[in-house]
Amino acid sequence: MTVASAKPSRTFTPAGSGRPRKRRDTQQRLAFWLLLPAGVAVFGVIVYPILRTLLISFFEVNSALATVTPFVGLQNYAHVLSSSGFWGAMGRTVYFTLVSTALELVLGLVVAGLLNAKLKARWVFRAIVVIPWAIPTIVNAAMWKGILNAQYGALNALLTQLGVIDQYQAWLGDPTTALNMVILADAWKTTPVVAFFLLAGLNSIPEELYDAAKIDRAGWPRIFRSIVLPMLVPSISIVLVLRTIEAFKVFDIIYAMTRGGPVNGTQTVAYYAYMTAFSDQNFGLGSALAFIIVLVILALTAFYLRLLRRSEMSLL
Amino acid sequence: MKRATRYSILVHGGAAIVSLVILAPFAWMVVASISPQRMLITTPLRWIPDHLYLDRYTEIFRGSAGGTGAAFRAALVNSTVVASGTVAVAMLVGILGAYAFARLRFRFRRSVLALFLLTYMLPQISLLIPLYLILNVLGLLDTRVGLILVDCSLVIPFVLWILSNYFLTIPVELEEAARIDGTSRLGALFRVILPAARPGIFAAIMFAFLLAWDEFMYALIFTSSTAAKTVPVVISEFAGRYTTDFGLVAAGGILAALPPIVVAIAFQRYVVSGMAAGGVKG
Repeated sequence: MTVASAKPSRTFTPAGSGRPRKRRDTQQRLAFWLLLPAGVAVFGVIVYPILRTLLISFFEVNSALATVTPFVGLQNYAHVLSSSGFWGAMGRTVYFTLVSTALELVLGLVVAGLLNAKLKARWVFRAIVVIPWAIPTIVNAAMWKGILNAQYGALNALLTQLGVIDQYQAWLGDPTTALNMVILADAWKTTPVVAFFLLAGLNSIPEELYDAAKIDRAGWPRIFRSIVLPMLVPSISIVLVLRTIEAFKVFDIIYAMTRGGPVNGTQTVAYYAYMTAFSDQNFGLGSALAFIIVLVILALTAFYLRLLRRSEMSLL
Repeated sequence: MKRATRYSILVHGGAAIVSLVILAPFAWMVVASISPQRMLITTPLRWIPDHLYLDRYTEIFRGSAGGTGAAFRAALVNSTVVASGTVAVAMLVGILGAYAFARLRFRFRRSVLALFLLTYMLPQISLLIPLYLILNVLGLLDTRVGLILVDCSLVIPFVLWILSNYFLTIPVELEEAARIDGTSRLGALFRVILPAARPGIFAAIMFAFLLAWDEFMYALIFTSSTAAKTVPVVISEFAGRYTTDFGLVAAGGILAALPPIVVAIAFQRYVVSGMAAGGVKG
């Protein structure tokens, strides 16, 4: 299909001559056919379900086999917005998002600097840094769950043998500590991804800028502030958007590490929505929750896109 | 000279610390997987096992049908099929679409690209219930094909983004030379652009593979048997069932992490150049 429709464009004319109008038409048609498979594969899967979820969110659906599903309008949304469980989960999600994104950005900047530095065996260092990125989230979560175990965990053993703590701690036993530990586990896995994104940005800084700074006898703090940071703004903005969205949707690591516990201490909005829909079988409420998450992420992204546009992204 | 030495010590020291922080937890997982269970639950913990205990790996590789090992082996096969299938479809579809974004002028070009990227914002939970019903109707629940189908919708936007950014960095003249010689646009795409876009292609393949291998939520809800359960699902079941046997979870975890680690290390040098040009255009 796509090959056949590409034929008209064979009549290629060098720029400037020929019939631009017609060329534009063939380009339009070719673009349509080239994008059709991707469009079908992505939107074919997404569009109907998202509309269906929106629809469900206006009904009371209390089980998978419910036959009576009364229309309740915005009641599900009102119910969500007035429940303390939701606001608790929202608060924890915001905390998780802010702290993990900030941590990963700062550490990622340091690691990116090291990846870019003149190291012996640089290849080995890059290969090591890529490892956490490759480890599946579920494996990462299981690994940290084991390390942080209250009775047999390696962290307790290490800290006790080093004399840092005098008795074993339940790292995942207290709501606040548990959330911070999940953030640490998330940062361990995700900082390398952030670092590689920022490294891409570092690589695009022209060498001449550094040379010029050296001629001006600028010190490293000065070079960082006046050259590296401004030139990195586009990369930093992308990473910020991607990480914020990802962190706001966080589910896998929570599921595998703490199942939202203890006492809901690590329950984020996505996990809360999952529990409402699948554990309580309250699909109407769960759908409303899912939609509220979509709206919040939309608002966040719109805010970030303004930042991005200012920093002249190529294709965003 | 002195300043250079100080710089060198600083960056090598930093790299050593980062390497340690990365490798230590992973190394512990490796050690735990080959330590006998009784050593893992002694206090104070002894870090080096007194003998090599490989029973967990034997169980995983040779365990009889119906057991933990068999379930894990099936999951490895499922994950491999699903991830490779997803990468193949996403790359094929993504290369065509990315070419359109990078080279063709058409109405709503930016909006269409933005629309693809916006799908990234949707949490999977917002699609879960209707998708379940659809897959059920199509008879694709608990099948690898069903998982490839839904995973593609996650992976394709990423591939489109990386590739269209990379294609933009390839000089148009290269393609025009081929076109003047009478090659069609698609011919030029496959014979001129793709070879020149190798770093971008490899970066996209790596991203796609890691994303597909890592995908958990769809696999958790849409699979129910060894016919389609993927590695992350099985590992999370392990971790839930054998809460006291960290060694078994560790052994499974290492095997689950091995394929993506191999892919990542092999492709890592392309990712730097593939994204250097692709991720950001300064």
